[in-house]
Amino acid sequence: MSVLAIVEQRMAGEVLAAAQEFGSPLKACSIDLPYTADAYTAAAEELIRKVNPTLVVFGHTYQTRDYAPKLAARFGRVLISDVIGGKPPVFVRQMFQGKFNADVRLSGDGPHFLSIQAGAWRAEENPAAVETFSPSSTTSRQVPEAPFRESARAVDLTAADIIVSVGRGIKEKENIPVVEALAQALGAELAASRPICDAGWLPMDRQVGSSGQTVSPKVYVAVGISGAIQHLVGMKGAKTIVAINKDRDAPIFDVAHYGIVGDLFEVVPALVEEIKKTKA
Amino acid sequence: MKIAVAIKQVPLRDSPLRVNAAGTWIEEDNLSFEINEPDAYALEEALQLREKHGGEVIVLSAGPARASQTIREALAKGADRAIHIEHADLASLDTLGVGHLLAAALRNESPDLILTGLQSDDLGYGQTGVVLAELLGLPHSTIIMQVQVMNDVQPGKLRVKRELEDGWFQHIEMPLPAVLTIQSGLNKLRYATLMGIKKAKTKEIKVVSAAELGALPPPSAVIEKIYAPEKSNQAQIFEGDAKTAAAKLVEKLRFEARVI
Ligand SMILES: Cc1cc2nc3c(=O)[nH]c(=O)nc-3n(C[C@H](O)[C@H](O)[C@H](O)COP(=O)(O)OP(=O)(O)OC[C@H]3O[C@@H](n4cnc5c(N)ncnc54)[C@H](O)[C@@H]3O)c2cc1C
Repeated sequence: MSVLAIVEQRMAGEVLAAAQEFGSPLKACSIDLPYTADAYTAAAEELIRKVNPTLVVFGHTYQTRDYAPKLAARFGRVLISDVIGGKPPVFVRQMFQGKFNADVRLSGDGPHFLSIQAGAWRAEENPAAVETFSPSSTTSRQVPEAPFRESARAVDLTAADIIVSVGRGIKEKENIPVVEALAQALGAELAASRPICDAGWLPMDRQVGSSGQTVSPKVYVAVGISGAIQHLVGMKGAKTIVAINKDRDAPIFDVAHYGIVGDLFEVVPALVEEIKKTKA
Repeated sequence: MKIAVAIKQVPLRDSPLRVNAAGTWIEEDNLSFEINEPDAYALEEALQLREKHGGEVIVLSAGPARASQTIREALAKGADRAIHIEHADLASLDTLGVGHLLAAALRNESPDLILTGLQSDDLGYGQTGVVLAELLGLPHSTIIMQVQVMNDVQPGKLRVKRELEDGWFQHIEMPLPAVLTIQSGLNKLRYATLMGIKKAKTKEIKVVSAAELGALPPPSAVIEKIYAPEKSNQAQIFEGDAKTAAAKLVEKLRFEARVI
């Protein structure tokens, strides 16, 4: 099966590794253009018509999410997105927010399109050479401005040795002191999953994950966090991961080293007490 | 301004989910359903834009008969009318199939703006809106955190704030009509009022059967089976009551992680 890897800087090594596994001959290209959805769709279409691959592989980056489904639709195909394993013609992807896996079979003729999840493949050590593709023309209805950050980060979570991170299991803003007490007892920084910051229960600069900070502390305590992939990419580098969750099937337990299955409103206060006792 | 919002009904968050006997989908009996979370934010954004710029909000949903409840809830929050594309088994279609259904239903409407959530909590493909843009020949942008319709300054122009990785953002301008996929958290969701619920009962839900919208191309991706992922057994789980479990964990944090 001939494979075309369309790479950007982000995830390049992983994409090349997966593409190499999926078949040969392999061609790897990056698109030599400032990004817009229209421009990249047209450029990738031209590239695919030239190379004529059976399978086109991307990294599941925000950029891929933005244009690859459009590209696939142009060829009458769907993008099999966020793939975590498998090989042609059956790939594995998560569903129901990581609660289940699904085997998805390619059907019909190529080109087929898929994007791989960050962290699912180990970056290739001797990757194929990446060629630069310059399309013959470009037009775009989207006009992008320069990327920016909201404000200087007041909190640098990357420097913390211990992080206590809170998720939607905390239920309401009034309960935040429950985890604050744990952070204080451990001398930890307080962090959160995205919904907590979206709701304004904790400031944005305490968010961990793909759209927040990426941390690798000695210990990361995830309290009432399910372990969605967008959260995991921000914290799975922690040396020791502790999960407190009432659902034994929550994906967070797959990356945890220690876990307590139970109601955080019982477990966390007990933990605080136990730590105080030990420290005293 | 005419705004269409495509919404999907998914199982209530934190529902206990089980795979069905055939291993092809989840067991749906005894489940409750709700609007897909990012779609709720898309609906809210549409309602706020209508409050600012006038016009109408049309809710569009493909799904089985039970989806009518979620549609009714959207009307109760303030949407003006709805189109329900009835399809008994959405999971048998791929995203392109669903895109074709939505596009067919929207062609006669010609909305100025189409919003969807950025991905569904069930399938999580994250591409319905983008596919829809391609099928309708419209410009689009994804993972949107802010929508400005520039009618006062530049009629027919849209300026959006798109989320990038690691806390970065980018503004993008494009002409209307356009399709945007909305990220959770960009606004604050409203609740339906009693008045809204009452009014919703009189609002129009146009039911179209999927078959009426034309033949669909065969799917290019087929879900063969779904199953619980193999558990990594690396986690040491501490059992017992909260106090016992906490004591065991503290011991590990003290003697192995050495942080206490
Ligand atoms: C493009 C994109 C970017 C994203 N970026 C990020 C990001 O940077 N960071 C991020 O975190 N998310 C991000 N998300 C969102 C992510 O997909 C998840 O929705 C989010 O991480 C879920 O947060 P949560 O685990 O707190 O909530 P939920 O998934 O709702 O989980 C709550 C957990 O709490 C448990 N629980 C409930 N009650 C209790 C109790 N009493 N005791 C113990 N446990 C309890 C439940 O069992 C459940 O597992 C992003 C999503 C997208 C699409």
